[in-house]
Amino acid sequence: MNNETTDIEEGEEELFTPVDPDEMRAAFHKKSRALKDKVTTVKKAVSELIHDGDYLAVGGFGHVRIPTAILYEIVRQNKKNLGMAGHTSIYDSDLLATSGCLNRCDISYVIGYEIRGLSASARRAFESGKIKVTDWSNGALAWRFFAASAGLSFIPTRILLGTDTFKRSAAKTVTCPFTGKKYAALPALYPDVGIIHVHRADTYGNCQIDDGILISDTYLARASRRLIITTEELVPHEEIRANPQATVIPYWCVDAVVEVPYGSHPGNMPGKYWFDEDFFKMYLQGVKTEEGTKKLYDEYIYGVDDFHEYIDKIGGTEKMMELRNIEKLIFSRT
Amino acid sequence: MSADYNPLELLVCVASRIIEDNSTAFVGTGVPMAATMLAQKLHCPNVTAIFEAGGVAPILPGLPISVGDSRTSHKGFMASTMNDIMETAQRGMVDYGFLGGAQIDMYGNLNSTMIGDDYRKPKVRFPGSGGANDIGSLCWRTVVITPMDTRRFVEKVDFVTTPGYLTGKGAREKAGLPLGSGPYKVITNLAILGYDEETCRMRIESVNPGVTIEDVHKNCGFELLEAPQIEKTHEPTEEELRILREEVDPDGYIIRR
Repeated sequence: MNNETTDIEEGEEELFTPVDPDEMRAAFHKKSRALKDKVTTVKKAVSELIHDGDYLAVGGFGHVRIPTAILYEIVRQNKKNLGMAGHTSIYDSDLLATSGCLNRCDISYVIGYEIRGLSASARRAFESGKIKVTDWSNGALAWRFFAASAGLSFIPTRILLGTDTFKRSAAKTVTCPFTGKKYAALPALYPDVGIIHVHRADTYGNCQIDDGILISDTYLARASRRLIITTEELVPHEEIRANPQATVIPYWCVDAVVEVPYGSHPGNMPGKYWFDEDFFKMYLQGVKTEEGTKKLYDEYIYGVDDFHEYIDKIGGTEKMMELRNIEKLIFSRT
Repeated sequence: MSADYNPLELLVCVASRIIEDNSTAFVGTGVPMAATMLAQKLHCPNVTAIFEAGGVAPILPGLPISVGDSRTSHKGFMASTMNDIMETAQRGMVDYGFLGGAQIDMYGNLNSTMIGDDYRKPKVRFPGSGGANDIGSLCWRTVVITPMDTRRFVEKVDFVTTPGYLTGKGAREKAGLPLGSGPYKVITNLAILGYDEETCRMRIESVNPGVTIEDVHKNCGFELLEAPQIEKTHEPTEEELRILREEVDPDGYIIRR
């Protein structure tokens, strides 16, 4: 053993994704720069861009600005052995864990629904031993995406240190060459596929998020080998050019664009619609039993063809207008 | 004075009082949100509420359901990124951080990850750190809000999700955590607890109305130290309760759970 400051501590768990920056440069080197029409369907985006075994990262905040249509389609197409960044994840990781699509997960937050409590089906899935997990924090995964977006292999940080969260991660300590201080070195996280829901995108994939917070989406988008965008609204290219400072994801990151109005339901879409609390209540009640879970998934996912049919099922435009009114604080007596 | 309040209302009122004006506070889901909103409407008009996912200083039109929902940036100063917020805390600009957990030990280490002794076969799996490890690592003063009983206040937590003082004085710094950061108070239904400066062990600082020092010891699974002078916690005032019930949480999401 060397003296204390040069001892390297290591998290004991597996690193699920590659970190070599030259390997990733080679992958990004091959990515198309063509300014081309990337508009496609949910079905095609999932069947062509997501393969069994891929590692996914989902944008938004678990039940806020989430790409629900893509998540449902992954479940419908019964993708297997997927990995996932359980970063601020709620409904997203629940769907993939409950349906048996996941076999590994970098956890910072799963199972929970914040003040609504927990999902019994997600808990069953994560306690089953069928999903290999490692633990991190929200900040850790946010910075891992940043490190990847910057083309690096790791980032030094001052979190996780001294805890079991560090021990159950794949982080290592590193000594600062300038100050001698100890940092937690977090490995860059380059997902195979990123999936993000936005307010506006053009056909090339330039994306604008009109309202609300960005969470880590700008980094996640750049870190992903392939990126699927769902958008509330497809807009003319000129509208993007008219307001370039609002563009948060450039077209060269994007592989597919799908227009999905109400695409974050039952999640909140900042500036457009609030959470569908009736749906979440029904969902969390239903998944308490295996039988109830099957019934819910049959009815709302396996039993519908696409997201339009799903929206009709949850109450259609009328329901979405009600959620819009809550979001926009429109109160009417009629 | 009003005797008519429930334990959650007491927690929210007590937590709101320890926030100082012109400070920055990291707020999580539930009681901390209500406490910060209450403080803002009473003695802290200029406390800046920071939400870990990017929302800064919203004028909350209602209680957020999530630390990442649209309310957390409603008419705020900024709708930013989680990376920016965590970096702000890492460079030392966030004063308070509020946390909870399933278990806490005498050094304020918190578990929100799992119960059991086998990581791969947990008896119970919880959500995990979320932003808790970041907040507990990077804020100047961490405040834990939790009900108190021997199941939660334990000799040894099953998993250290979030660092308190780790194994005692100097352990945080040795681990590489920022100098001078760490646990500040633990607010419970029975007492307000703080930390002894010499040992970094948890101690009783104030007991809540109708509670004896003995009750506090009995509901703790480890040996609690006592401050040289133990205060009595003030009951919620009528004004606190009125604002809490009518303006902060009229739907009872938090205080009537």
